[in-house]
Amino acid sequence: MAILSRRRFLQIGSGAGLAAAVSSAAPGAGWADLLGPAAPGDRIETVPTYCDLCFWKCGAIAYKKNGRLWKLEGNPADPLSRGRLCPRGTGGVGTHYDPDRLTAPLVRRRDRGDEEWVEVTWDEALAHVADKLRALAREHGPESLAFFSHGIGGNFLKHTFKAFGTPNLVAPSYAQCRGPRDIGFQLTFGEEVGTPERTDIANARCLVLLGSHLGENMHNSQVQEFADAVGSGATVIVADPRFSVAASKAKHYLPVKPGTDLALLLAWMNVLVTEELYDRELIEAHGFGFDSFRAEIALRTPEWAYPITTIDPETIRETAREMARHRPATLVHPGRHVTWYGDDAQRSRAVALLNALLGSWGRRGGFYYPASLPIPKYAGYPDYPKSARGPVDNPDGRYPFADLGLTNGIRAATLSGEPYPIKAWFVYATNLLQAMPSQEETIRAIQKLDLLVVVDTHPSEIAGWADVVLPESVYLERHDDLNTEPFRRPFVSLRQPVVEPPADQKPNWWIARELAGRLGLEAFYPWRDVEEYLDARLSGAGLSLAEMKRRGVFEGAAQPLYFDDGVPEEFPTPTGKIELWSPQLAEKGFDPVPRYTPHQEPPPGAFRLLFGRAPVHTFSRTQTNPLLAEAMPENEIWVNADVARRLGLASGRRVRLRNQDGVLSDPIAVKATERIRTDCVYLVHGFGHTAKGLRRARGRGASDAQLVTRYAVDPLMGATGMNVNFVTLEEA
Amino acid sequence: MIELTTTRANPMIDPTMHVWGWEIPVYLFLGGLVAGMMILVGYLYFSGRHQNRDCACFVIPGLGLLLLTLGMGALFLDLEHKPYFWRLYATFEPASPMSWGAWILLLVYPALLAALLLRLPAPITRRFPGLAELSDRLLGEPIWLRAVGAANVAVGSLLGLYTGVLLSALGARPLWSSALLGPLFLVSGLSTAAALVHMLARHPEERVLFARADNVFLGTELLLLALFLVGLLSATEVHARAAHLLLDGAWGALFWVGVVALGIVIPLGVQIAAVRHKIQHTPVAPLLVLAGGLALRFVLVAAGQASHWSPL
Amino acid sequence: MARFGMVIDTLRCVGCMDCVIACKTENEVPEGFCRDWITTEVRGRFPTLTMEIRSERCNHCDRPPCVTCCPTGASHVEDFGSLVLIDHELCIGCKACLASCPYDARFVHPDGYADKCTFCVHRVRKGEAPACVAVCPTRCMHFGDLDDPQSEVSKLLASRRSHTLHPEAGTRPRIHFLT
Ligand SMILES: Nc1nc2c(c(=O)[nH]1)N[C@H]1C(S)=C(S)[C@@H](COP(=O)(O)OP(=O)(O)OC[C@H]3O[C@@H](n4cnc5c(=O)[nH]c(N)nc54)[C@H](O)[C@@H]3O)O[C@H]1N2
Ligand SMILES: Nc1nc2c(c(=O)[nH]1)N[C@H]1C(S)=C(S)[C@@H](COP(=O)(O)OP(=O)(O)OC[C@H]3O[C@@H](n4cnc5c(=O)[nH]c(N)nc54)[C@H](O)[C@@H]3O)O[C@H]1N2
Ligand code: SF4
Ligand code: SF4
Ligand code: SF4
Ligand code: SF4
Ligand code: SF4
Ligand SMILES: [Mo]
Repeated sequence: MAILSRRRFLQIGSGAGLAAAVSSAAPGAGWADLLGPAAPGDRIETVPTYCDLCFWKCGAIAYKKNGRLWKLEGNPADPLSRGRLCPRGTGGVGTHYDPDRLTAPLVRRRDRGDEEWVEVTWDEALAHVADKLRALAREHGPESLAFFSHGIGGNFLKHTFKAFGTPNLVAPSYAQCRGPRDIGFQLTFGEEVGTPERTDIANARCLVLLGSHLGENMHNSQVQEFADAVGSGATVIVADPRFSVAASKAKHYLPVKPGTDLALLLAWMNVLVTEELYDRELIEAHGFGFDSFRAEIALRTPEWAYPITTIDPETIRETAREMARHRPATLVHPGRHVTWYGDDAQRSRAVALLNALLGSWGRRGGFYYPASLPIPKYAGYPDYPKSARGPVDNPDGRYPFADLGLTNGIRAATLSGEPYPIKAWFVYATNLLQAMPSQEETIRAIQKLDLLVVVDTHPSEIAGWADVVLPESVYLERHDDLNTEPFRRPFVSLRQPVVEPPADQKPNWWIARELAGRLGLEAFYPWRDVEEYLDARLSGAGLSLAEMKRRGVFEGAAQPLYFDDGVPEEFPTPTGKIELWSPQLAEKGFDPVPRYTPHQEPPPGAFRLLFGRAPVHTFSRTQTNPLLAEAMPENEIWVNADVARRLGLASGRRVRLRNQDGVLSDPIAVKATERIRTDCVYLVHGFGHTAKGLRRARGRGASDAQLVTRYAVDPLMGATGMNVNFVTLEEA
Repeated sequence: MIELTTTRANPMIDPTMHVWGWEIPVYLFLGGLVAGMMILVGYLYFSGRHQNRDCACFVIPGLGLLLLTLGMGALFLDLEHKPYFWRLYATFEPASPMSWGAWILLLVYPALLAALLLRLPAPITRRFPGLAELSDRLLGEPIWLRAVGAANVAVGSLLGLYTGVLLSALGARPLWSSALLGPLFLVSGLSTAAALVHMLARHPEERVLFARADNVFLGTELLLLALFLVGLLSATEVHARAAHLLLDGAWGALFWVGVVALGIVIPLGVQIAAVRHKIQHTPVAPLLVLAGGLALRFVLVAAGQASHWSPL
Repeated sequence: MARFGMVIDTLRCVGCMDCVIACKTENEVPEGFCRDWITTEVRGRFPTLTMEIRSERCNHCDRPPCVTCCPTGASHVEDFGSLVLIDHELCIGCKACLASCPYDARFVHPDGYADKCTFCVHRVRKGEAPACVAVCPTRCMHFGDLDDPQSEVSKLLASRRSHTLHPEAGTRPRIHFLT
């Protein structure tokens, strides 16, 4: 009994937010005996930081036992983790101990891609890179350098390259991930969904998931809220060709035919409009072009959608009514990795429109209005030089609605030399060979370069093609910029080193500053070290680095979240309204109301190749992490059980996948399962590594990226739809 | 249709449990054999029929000590935490058949030594003439003979039963959850012991006697085996599935050929023919019985480990 | 005296394995071994399916065959919360307990002794929840005294449908799965 009351006390303690974080960050004062299974004499220390196993940036507390990294827990004071990390975050310990990490700067010794290196000093490596970049700038202009990065760790390098004078800064998180979604919502509401998503899942009474496989997609806060929604009895509707984990929690599971969600969405809207179930008040007050919209949608009946989606009309009607019943607390999740079929911005727009009809934007249980803490930028920088030429990735506004750089646009320009040549790629923390479609195009583009520099923690596939590889320390060994992403309550969190890097790895800020120095850009680095930079920014908001080091996270005052709390009902589109019929799209010659156009079907005997996430891995970056690799050492190819029987394939049998262009995958084990349609197969992204140095991961499972030789470019904004490849199965 | 998957992949446990390799079947076999030997020797002494039973009475005890020691060696080899072996003898756990076994094994030694003392091997008596005198004196003491005989029967029976109970107490393995496992192993031990004697015996009378006995044991063993399987088949689905591991599962071939045909039925036929003087005595039959006894332990230990409550 | 157990809500659980990884770091479980694991049970025919996901581990059974069969007393029931624990110094590594557990919850530690879930007794003694419970992002795991009708676990058990694993094995497991 005594035990339990103590536990209750602890829960109250951690509920008190900051107080708990401060205490656990300062062991000794009464808390020491609460820390872990320390044998008497074990020295336990805690350091708050934030996680980097993905880009959600959850607040964490790192525990050290006798000076060695022991475990990671969520920081109870952090709004993203609410004291609990996801499995990858918990397994982050393994990133530090991973024996496959890069240890020293490398310079290519033989042909590109041979993965033969000479180890050099940092001084030699950086001098070499700076010399090359200066020569290129002289000959082709600084714009001939393109910077690819993913994640907050790229901030300082971005700063260096802006100072260098290039406008070509891109990330795969746009054109290979959430770009179309944000454009679809912007075109409709004038605002994007952003990251972390402004979805009020916790309060939704009805949650509609198209693909978005929460629970496998492990973005922490969303999964926590999803569980809360399920726990509180919210109605879940899942459309997915695969019976996902989320589908197993759903009241309605719709095994939609891949590539036909847009038809399903239109039919749902048809039901809401024809049965007058939509939010009339909102649409009358704030809708633009409803009559044209209604006319367009009138044709999209459930009966029309049935043969397209294979979802029977009654189910479509029933689910639409169910959504209407719970509105406005009905959230049709906008998804995140939406680059599927090349019409993704229009499909996302349909999602936005459906949410508009349900009145969920700005409403509790729908989309809230997030806020971020006003931490000022660092004040002491000179202005960046003006680039003589604009970005190359979207020449002549070919993709009129693209509002961020396109990785594939840079690649195309590198290949064509148009509108001007790209001669160097500097790649930070993105494995372009696993992240971008068509490895063949990427490799051809690389062969055109004068210089490819890769900053990585691992000898990844992209590093294998580099001229110079720079080894970075992992997040537990370094500082990074402050996290001030907008969320329910504004907050800021700090990443700080917990342990020393095991070898000669350096943090990105150091690399960025050293490189700038060698490029004659010292003026852009007035601070001595990153702590000075961080302290300057924090003091600008009345906080201090010393305090943040102890807390890890600081939360600001609560802000209104919904229209009902006083958020003004404003829609910053050109018309100032929710654009149901879009003048912007009409003007550029696109469908002002989304229309369904059929996609190519798999040829007989072939299957559409689908892919997604597994909870314990992040893309292609965690397969050598000892803890995470142990939890899932390889991926499997999901094949419908009947199909597998017909093909004579039992679970565990190894096969290779051959795609429509003849590309053959590495061997992969079959998972014969009832959990997928018969017209597609599915695997988890990130496996099938080929880089020699990834000893633990190499040859484990198959790579979807290798098989994505075709992609469909979104005409609105240039993203690359990748679910357009077909495979057959062969004996391995 | 049920699709069951697990993320567990512990060595020795997944995909099917396999904690015991060759050591435990060998140990169980030798233990059973020695148990049978003790019962036979003990019975002869107890009932005063040791004359003209030279092999049984004078070879077996020494051989038994040797075989038992080998068996315990196998058991020791199987232990994963060997330096802590002595912990077995720092306690007695009444609920644990294995603890019983450990202590029974300790009783086996004095019982067999006492039997051995009745007719010491020549090399020993040559070096210690005093001992030879002692054993001659004891051989002439009926009380002593009865005591040694009773001790060997009792300890031997415990040992033989224990080798089966050890497994049947592990109720998590449906194949083993049968009360017949103890008697089965006991009878199997007797049959292998009898086979050993009639193989080694020089005296024709002793040979025939033990071949006869062996035939009775083999017949009983066959019956017990049948009852054991019928019992499982008529219990729950889980138990029936376990029985099928032997009948037509992964261990079917070894069971039918190694245990039933070669280990019991064929030698039984041969020995029946031999005792009826239809054919010559041949060491092949007892060798088959011994091999069959070993195969029985192997099959039951291996298949038993693979049998499980869950439908995986 | 308490009788500790777990109540796990399979409706919330997403099978993410956070509980598995947290156990490994917290208890420094050696590579290649796990004290807890995820079982997924799918029934039906596509698309009419149900799926139960369970986080499983030693059930700290009320009638633990692993304890009865242990020849040295290494496997024992700890008075504190009636947890089933193993004293490494007493264990000879005979593996009888591994064979006796209907849940295959045990394994042999590379150092030679039998090992398994301890219900994180080192944390529970300090008033903390076990590591797997504390980490679970869906908050689907609950730990507490099953004998205390006021405890969260008892209340949950009383309010929802639940089942245990292999009740037919007669071990009276103390992990309950809400359905
Ligand atoms: N554990 C883990 N979590 C992650 C990540 C990670 O790497 N690991 N990455 C994070 C990032 S950056 C992103 S963008 C997200 C991605 O996560 P999501 O946005 O959820 O990813 P999707 O690709 O949309 O979802 C894949 C699911 O869509 C289904 N699907 C495929 N084709 C179709 C279709 O045509 N229609 C429908 N309705 N469904 C389809 C697949 O069967 C699969 O269940 O995950 C985030 N969370
Ligand atoms: N085929 C296919 N392509 C996809 C997707 C898919 O599901 N299938 N998903 C898409 C999505 S949603 C996204 S967001 C993108 C993600 O694309 P990326 O962000 O490129 O993902 P990764 O493949 O994990 O590559 C990360 C690289 O960074 C390195 N790295 C990890 N940590 C650090 C660090 O701290 N410092 C440095 N310097 N390097 C580090 C890793 O070793 C690895 O080489 O991929 C997209 N592309
Ligand atoms: S969601 Fe998981 S991996 Fe991503 S930051 Fe949070 S804990 Fe880390
Ligand atoms: S951590 Fe929680 S949600 Fe994840 S598998 Fe374990 S019990 Fe389920
Ligand atoms: S689950 Fe297995 S190991 Fe745990 S107490 Fe029960 S029988 Fe023993
Ligand atoms: S392995 Fe250890 S704990 Fe298990 S029964 Fe043997 S001695 Fe006991
Ligand atoms: S209670 Fe502790 S030892 Fe048991 S599975 Fe959970 S974390 Fe592991
Ligand atoms: Mo993404």
